[in-house]
Amino acid sequence: MKEPKLSLHYDIDGTDFLAAGSASSDTKRILKQSGIDARVIRNVAIAMYEGEINTVIHAGGGTADVNIYDDCIEIILTDHGPGIENVEQAMQEGFSTAPENVRALGFGAGMGLPNMKKYTDEMTVESEIGTGTVVTMKVNL
Amino acid sequence: MKISKIAELLSAEVYTGRELLETSVYSACGADMMSDVLAFVKDQSVLLTGLVNPQVVRTAEMMDMRCIVFVRGKKPDQTIIDLAKQANMVILATGLRMYCACGLLYSNGLVGTEVKKQ
Ligand SMILES: Nc1ncnc2c1ncn2[C@@H]1O[C@H](COP(=O)(O)OP(=O)(O)OP(=O)(O)O)[C@@H](O)[C@H]1O
Ligand SMILES: [Mg+2]
Repeated sequence: MKEPKLSLHYDIDGTDFLAAGSASSDTKRILKQSGIDARVIRNVAIAMYEGEINTVIHAGGGTADVNIYDDCIEIILTDHGPGIENVEQAMQEGFSTAPENVRALGFGAGMGLPNMKKYTDEMTVESEIGTGTVVTMKVNL
Repeated sequence: MKISKIAELLSAEVYTGRELLETSVYSACGADMMSDVLAFVKDQSVLLTGLVNPQVVRTAEMMDMRCIVFVRGKKPDQTIIDLAKQANMVILATGLRMYCACGLLYSNGLVGTEVKKQ
């Protein structure tokens, strides 16, 4: 694959749920400056934000990498959390292991992963119990 | 409908975004679960919610929304106001409950996206 035109890297703090979303917000701001179609930017922002929130609430934080190529935007979320036991099940709408305190904050409907799939053109979830999870998403330009 | 009209109809207090009050918006949604907003909302530019935390602003920001209305007398804190300011968004707060707040806006012409305007 060709070199990306631009690469962004973020550390996602897993200790402060209320502060989560700053990586997605920053990415959105930078994409807006690059003249990319607003609808594409929104899809990237929603998918990345869902992933960023997952990294915080399910995995204790991690990293986000965004690579902007001529023909697509790639988002990679990496964590060293507990991993996902059954990825196929986790991808189902409504499946969630989020605890009550997360629900009280407005999340935990089990819509994140299916939503990330819906808003992107390609998505892979690699996860191993005890090792962590890597979610890779691509949105075509 | 202009955001200033929304504030007037709901007797809402403006917490930030005074300079954006003359912006026109065309549809709205009401939800307390941000998961649902992210999954089901389409082009609505106003979010009415009883949930008050910074993730409400983040969610609205990702969805390109212009205005958040906190219902049931909930007041946003400084963190929320600062985030909204950065995101160029209006924050309103009303004492009305969700049902009445939505109903007032709807009956005055601000419909959801599932209903075509007559
Ligand atoms: N990075 C992750 N590490 C470990 N488990 C995860 C991770 N991401 C998702 N999961 C698991 O997959 C489930 C489904 O995730 P999904 O994002 O669809 O829903 P949710 O986060 O529970 O709720 P919502 O996204 O609607 O707020 C989670 O409840 C969790 O069990
Ligand atoms: Mg999620």
